[in-house]
Amino acid sequence: MAKFFAVTIIVIAIASAIPILRHTWPEPPDISVHGHLIDEQMSETMAEAGISFLAAQFILAIFIWKFSNRPKDATIGKFPGGAKGLVIAAFLLVGTEVLALGIFGTRAWASVYFTPPAADSLPIQVQAGQFAFYFRYPGPDGKFGPLHPSLINEANENFFGLDQTNDQDSKDDIVTAEMAIPVNREIHLLMHAKDVGHSFYVPELRVQQDFVPGLDLSIHFTATKIGRYEIVCTQLCGLGHYNMKAYLSVYSQEDFDNWLKKQAALQ
Amino acid sequence: MHDVSAHAAQHHAPPQGFIRKHVFSLDHKVIGKQYYGLALVAVFVGMVLSWIMRLHLGWTNLAIPGLHLLSKTGAPGDIMTPEYYLQLMTMHGTIMVFFVLTTAPFAAFGNYFLPIQVGAEDMPFPRFNMMSFWVTFTAFIVLMASFFVGDGPTLGGWTQYAPLNAVGSVGGPGQGRGVVLWAASIAIFCVGQLLGSLNFITTTLDLRVKGMSLMRLPLTAWGWFITSCMGLTAFAVLMPACILVILDHVAGTSFFVPSNLVINDQLQPHSGGSTLLWQHLFWFFGHPEVYIAIVPGMGIVSHVLVTNMRRPLLSHRVIIACMGSIAILSYMVYGHHMFVSGMNPFSSLAFSFPTLIITIPATIIVLMWVGSLYGSRLRINTASLFALGFISMFVSGGVSGFFLAQPSIDIMLHATYFVVGHFHMVMAVAAIFGIFSGTYFWFPKMTGRMMNETLGKIHFWLSFVGAYCIFMPFHYLGIAANVRRYQAFVDDYLQPLIPVHKFITVAAIATGIAQFIFLYNLIHSRYWGKTAPDNPWEATSLEWSTPTPPPFDNFGGKHPVVYHDPYQYGLKSSTGDYVMQASPEQVATEHDEK
Repeated sequence: MAKFFAVTIIVIAIASAIPILRHTWPEPPDISVHGHLIDEQMSETMAEAGISFLAAQFILAIFIWKFSNRPKDATIGKFPGGAKGLVIAAFLLVGTEVLALGIFGTRAWASVYFTPPAADSLPIQVQAGQFAFYFRYPGPDGKFGPLHPSLINEANENFFGLDQTNDQDSKDDIVTAEMAIPVNREIHLLMHAKDVGHSFYVPELRVQQDFVPGLDLSIHFTATKIGRYEIVCTQLCGLGHYNMKAYLSVYSQEDFDNWLKKQAALQ
Repeated sequence: MHDVSAHAAQHHAPPQGFIRKHVFSLDHKVIGKQYYGLALVAVFVGMVLSWIMRLHLGWTNLAIPGLHLLSKTGAPGDIMTPEYYLQLMTMHGTIMVFFVLTTAPFAAFGNYFLPIQVGAEDMPFPRFNMMSFWVTFTAFIVLMASFFVGDGPTLGGWTQYAPLNAVGSVGGPGQGRGVVLWAASIAIFCVGQLLGSLNFITTTLDLRVKGMSLMRLPLTAWGWFITSCMGLTAFAVLMPACILVILDHVAGTSFFVPSNLVINDQLQPHSGGSTLLWQHLFWFFGHPEVYIAIVPGMGIVSHVLVTNMRRPLLSHRVIIACMGSIAILSYMVYGHHMFVSGMNPFSSLAFSFPTLIITIPATIIVLMWVGSLYGSRLRINTASLFALGFISMFVSGGVSGFFLAQPSIDIMLHATYFVVGHFHMVMAVAAIFGIFSGTYFWFPKMTGRMMNETLGKIHFWLSFVGAYCIFMPFHYLGIAANVRRYQAFVDDYLQPLIPVHKFITVAAIATGIAQFIFLYNLIHSRYWGKTAPDNPWEATSLEWSTPTPPPFDNFGGKHPVVYHDPYQYGLKSSTGDYVMQASPEQVATEHDEK
């Protein structure tokens, strides 16, 4: 029974590692400038966590195999180095491991959050509400008009609550249900929640940020690959949460300009 | 075993009458069993809910026969609506975290065995103790009641993020009365836990018998003591937070709702609240709660393992120090749940490092267990199998914590199935394995009968392999960016992952069915099991020095005197290879810590 248990632990440990090693269900491909830092951090953590996982399971299994059901008069062995040795080893090995992960991981985090957006980044506002995203581009004047929550009216397609009659800056604002961005240009995404908490997650962009009602946040990123990707909500926002999504199209600068013109004409 | 050394003799007669004896009992042992019974009912409710959810996730339009009986509107034609999925998911999480993982390893076993292990007749405040159970029971009834109110239970998840938890029914089904009942239930639950924690702390500090120094306490007692210290501070924060949510609903306040929110084109009549305030309050409770669920399990596993290894642990003191460090650090790490919440990104780093550092004491505890296995004479029985299974699960769930402790990786993995896999393994399955281990180990003492070992081992094998089949794939799904809390996977990139969900569903149902073997074994052995001797495992702590099952005042009017460390195994004594704590026999021991 004990030996069978030991073998089971080893089989489970190996079977658990195989899909990771074979990338059976891989992470979505990275299409961002900063994403490789996150991916490298992920791989490094996977290597360290994987080795710790396999080592611990194997040692557990070997000890179960070796020391189970021994005769009553079998000598009790002492672990070499005793508790002191293990405590020192844990502090040195795990301590170094976690400090290294923490310090190197800061690089990836800093690239997303500790740098301001470039001066020539393209500002886009995204509003999350039950259960849709809407996007606003500032138009030729480069300015966003103010929001008037009391004017929000979905039936009239005034999703943001704009007063385009009286607010000069709002007049040329372009509102869309789909997000489009030019490739290789930094985007400064201004995030606004209309009702409850939501989140903006594009796995390929390596971007996930919550919308916080009452607190307008911003993030910035640069996409490097043309294509069409899904934006999904990851913050439980109500019954339609699973279906709250939008598409992100990454275009060449020329295609983006054409798309934006077309959207402006539709306003 | 009955020749407990005595220095006082005053026998307390048990109460007569069914109500005082079995219902409103002041006896900590009866209260412990009541907590266990409540957890058992709760875990089966929670498990059935998870089956329904899993079936729906594998086959979204599947009609689940009889589901309409639970809710006509939630499951018309027996097919679950999106909102009902979220409602059941919320109830599954709430029931499991509060009424199973907190209740069974801490309140149930702690109530039954802590006073006996310190040599006391009862808890110092038996009325508070009785109240703590009945308050917890009331909390469970209040939570269950939300199934039967207008639009059902809340759909906001067990974390109940603001402002969805405070805007009222305009936020969706269950967000009105469902949330109020949820918050009321949890606030009431907190009262029960606070009363229980006070009793546990006082029992440990004030009711130890002669010779029972703190260092001579078994690791189970240390686990419950440390947990009650955590509970005292964590539940004291959650309770007012829940009351504030109720006030936002019924008193027109806006603690968690800021101004200018528009729902269904209607400007909400709130202003001035903070949504992040809820997250801070909730996770200040929520992360210690993870350890409230697991530290008693660590104590139980240490206790069961050392008994079956027939040798002392490498270091009793190191395990205590590590459990204590985990408890202190647990308050400094809660912000890792909020890396992408909009909190100041610099504070994410401040929360990340303690989260990474908490792996050190956790690793040391595992090393102490595994190092103690070396050279031992390990006995394989159901209790020790579940204890070893706990270690395997705790390691598997623990290593995924390396990922989630880092804000940069959390950008990818936050709110995905990776998180679900992580906490289910490290907090739920490991803790439940601790409960099973404790059950198979202490059942003879609690009932006077042995559990069936063959059925126990079948139960273990199916649970161990099954739990890996369910929760390991969750990690793969998370890496592939599969978002959690979705009732159906309509996104293009999630379509290829649906077969994995189907596999998990089959594994979950099979593993769940295996739990009925345990239930059968529990009930059958209770009445028809083999009669248990007083000390079937040849164990050393005080609970094995009492008759089986223990009398009303635990030691028959006597007060035991403690002469030894809790785990004196692997030596030669008149009883065999161990010496009991209450035995005055002097034997050469490795180290008698005072």
